[in-house]
Amino acid sequence: MPNDKFNYLLRLGDNALILSQRLSQWCGKGPALEEDMALSNVALDLLGQARLWLAYAAEEEGRGRDEDQLAFLRDAHQFSNVLLVEQANGSYADTLVRQFLFDTWHYFLLQGLTASSDARIAGIAEKSLKEVSYHLRRSSDLMVRLGDGTRESQRKMQRAVDDIWMFTGEMMQSDALDAAMSAAGIAPDPAGVRASWLAHVSVIFDEATLNLPPTDAWMQKGGKQGVHTEHMGYLLAEMQFMQRAYPGAQW
Amino acid sequence: MSAPDALEYTSPVPTPTVVDVWHWLAEVPDPEIPAISIVDLGIVRAVALHRMALEADGPANIACVVTITPTYSGCPAMAAIAQSIEKILQLHGIAQVRIAMQLSPAWTTDWISDTGKIRLREYGIAPPAQQVIDISGISRASFKSRPAPVVACPLCGAVNTSCVSQFGSTSCKAQYRCLECMEPFDYFKPH
Repeated sequence: MPNDKFNYLLRLGDNALILSQRLSQWCGKGPALEEDMALSNVALDLLGQARLWLAYAAEEEGRGRDEDQLAFLRDAHQFSNVLLVEQANGSYADTLVRQFLFDTWHYFLLQGLTASSDARIAGIAEKSLKEVSYHLRRSSDLMVRLGDGTRESQRKMQRAVDDIWMFTGEMMQSDALDAAMSAAGIAPDPAGVRASWLAHVSVIFDEATLNLPPTDAWMQKGGKQGVHTEHMGYLLAEMQFMQRAYPGAQW
Repeated sequence: MSAPDALEYTSPVPTPTVVDVWHWLAEVPDPEIPAISIVDLGIVRAVALHRMALEADGPANIACVVTITPTYSGCPAMAAIAQSIEKILQLHGIAQVRIAMQLSPAWTTDWISDTGKIRLREYGIAPPAQQVIDISGISRASFKSRPAPVVACPLCGAVNTSCVSQFGSTSCKAQYRCLECMEPFDYFKPH
């Protein structure tokens, strides 16, 4: 399919963009100054990465759109991020668990993408991987600190894990587009990413004294195909407000 | 005596060379860390000059392409850096300036010059203590087994310091504190 690469780049860009938007909502509200800054830093890195992916997607599409138009002028069903990243921030435990499960996947996906047959994809992945390794170090560390923390923090972390677990399967579930990208040597095989993801998650859960939910649990899906949870509309309403209210407004 | 030709009094502006442009760029401060220039920070990858007309001389006949690379992909200073480059080259009379962005090979702190590292320390930011970060092992256990980099306090020079957070006031810095003089300081992350 001629549009396969465009659609795959959209997935990469949308994951980074939507999680960046979610994390930005913590700005000024973090439980500690260092945490506030860390979340904003991660959000900023992800926003930069989203811009690189979406700019490439826009060029690949060749219809005169740019990365801003892709970010601000598409509706929920045209976004192809995984459901995990659009989930509500919830408590700090919910945010951290979501981040850790995403960071781990993101890290191994990017690692695979550095070997992409597409030089530009490999370049963006190489750049992003450096940033994401810091993200993963931080979220892995906090999982252990809070999981293996007080009885209260342990309880909250376990509940956050149990609540969000059903949104993790989608990241590593291969569909026709994933298969096409993998066959073309553009992206890694999601099954390989899954093995690395599960291995790291298991090690950290073990250190964090958290129970790993069943890996064959029933999983939510649909985000990659544009079918989103109810959170997505609210998130976009906030993110896209300026460009919707004042079309073409410049910073 | 006949009236002098106006041209006699105007010394011709020499056609700038690539070396001239690098010298000018070395005067452009980083917008977020003004103590260090964008050249010392390793952001400028390449400078290319093209004569627009073969016959003519001088900067007004020169088109310049400056290739830059971001330190972190979300670095909000990139737009300001591009503007500063355009401004200084226009000031020197270059007719056309284009900024190109290059991602690969990705920027690391190895690109910071030795002068740049001294300037960072003088400014109160600890320069990167190790070469590129090793991302091969990512489990917490493997972090524990690896010795932490020795980060010297830029204020008192003590090496008895501790990391407060891997994330700091800008994307490229971490927060540290000195356990001798008790001052907090920024650390330029190895990357």
